[in-house]
Amino acid sequence: MKRQMSSPPLQDEKLISSFGIQRRNMLKFFGASAAVVALGTACSKNNNDDNNPADTGVFLGAGDFQILNFAYALEQLEAAFYIQVVTAANFTTLFPTLEQTYMNDIRDHEVIHREFFKAALGSNAIQGLTPNFSSIDFTSRLGILNAAKAFEDTGVSAYNGAAQYIIDINYLGLAGKIVSVEARHAALIRDLISNGTFADELDTNAKDIEKTPTAVVDIANTFLTTKISKRGLPA
Amino acid sequence: MNLQNIFFEIEKVDADVYDRMDSRRSAMKEFANFSGKVALAAMPLALGSMFKKAYGQTPTDVVDVLQFALTLEYLEAEFYTLGVPRSGVQTNAGAAGIAAFTKIRDHENTHVAYFKTVITSLGSTPIAKPTFDFTGGKGVPVVGPFQGWDTNYDVFLAVSQTLEDTGVRAFKGQAGRLINNKTVLTAALNVHSVEARHASHVRQMRRARGTATANTTLYSGSIKPWINQKDSNIGVAPYSAAVQGNYNGEENIVQGGVTITSLPGNASLDAASASFDEPLTKAQVLMLVDPFIV
Repeated sequence: MKRQMSSPPLQDEKLISSFGIQRRNMLKFFGASAAVVALGTACSKNNNDDNNPADTGVFLGAGDFQILNFAYALEQLEAAFYIQVVTAANFTTLFPTLEQTYMNDIRDHEVIHREFFKAALGSNAIQGLTPNFSSIDFTSRLGILNAAKAFEDTGVSAYNGAAQYIIDINYLGLAGKIVSVEARHAALIRDLISNGTFADELDTNAKDIEKTPTAVVDIANTFLTTKISKRGLPA
Repeated sequence: MNLQNIFFEIEKVDADVYDRMDSRRSAMKEFANFSGKVALAAMPLALGSMFKKAYGQTPTDVVDVLQFALTLEYLEAEFYTLGVPRSGVQTNAGAAGIAAFTKIRDHENTHVAYFKTVITSLGSTPIAKPTFDFTGGKGVPVVGPFQGWDTNYDVFLAVSQTLEDTGVRAFKGQAGRLINNKTVLTAALNVHSVEARHASHVRQMRRARGTATANTTLYSGSIKPWINQKDSNIGVAPYSAAVQGNYNGEENIVQGGVTITSLPGNASLDAASASFDEPLTKAQVLMLVDPFIV
């Protein structure tokens, strides 16, 4: 499926032509074909520019900071979920001992991921987000595990779908180190629900299926009181 | 910073530089967003990275990565294709174990076919399947440490876990070489996470086997779906020494310059190391799998 072409807004077009770069090269530079130049055209619905006044969520930033904040947001959500699970009064009655160990371990990992991104982003980090877990059934083991499965599978597909937008090879490496751990989590949670289902939602090439950043934000926002903005997200 | 001069200077030296760049629209978008959303501090880094990309990786890198991935998938696929029907698995794995290894086998065979297709579509010829010796003896009888890999279920499990964990590290080590090809990068990551799912399940199987057989020497430590420090959880000679190289480096707790145990939360060494899987270079992986290739 061909992606919609987008162009820089009109004001920036003037700025760029003042550089005096050869037009052909400038167009390559901005990823537009020489035949298609739509100056100042309205962007398609799928182009998440900043012209949507209804989108007042937390802005993730630009470039790699955007992707890192995207990951930071997801890890905040996962950490908050597992913290709630393992600190609940019913935790030790709902889960057998080994599963308690696993859930505590996963909680530890997600907190580490969250704190890592926060530290790496420094002053570029988004705020702490307030989750909304009202749709989750915390009263049963399966209610909790099904929510965990959704978080972990979404996390895997989020990292796999966002990696292509990372510019700095070092950040790509870090994302790679984390996604396989999320996949280990995802496989375990699936096996706790039904042993053997560790890798049951793959495509016909036995691959996991990535999600676009905006699709992930839509999912994440269903679990957030503080919504995330899709402004500027690449897809 | 004078962008105008920089662009002119680069064009003077290499008129085709902009042709060489992959059309990474998101990277370009950064320069389109002059309405203030780009932190000025980020621009030099992004600009430098973008030009570095143009010279850093070539299309031959992509094919090389895919051929390497194919090699590892051949290895795993053959291990399971030969091993699943043999007595180690059939007599000892139980219905759930047989089903799991059958599923993994099918995935690996599908991955082989997939990588062959991708390599062919890029105009190259997929390498042929090597001849393997899963005892780890490079074809020399009774030399390899994994004697009875197909008749001794404990050995089969140990090799399986190691292959899956190493496959994860191998893919991870190659991701950087794919940074200029969004499609192949995404595909490789989607295979990489499946190998991690395999590894997670096999580790759970090993933990259960250790409990069921009360064997805490071979099934050593606390076996988790993730890797704690550099513990293989394969505790008996000769297997222990044979696989340690596949796990060395996993104890790393410094990520992007950040010491994980210093972060808020007081993480244990186990958690700090387990929360990140570590890459292996192609050379490291080839050295580790060399004993399996005749």
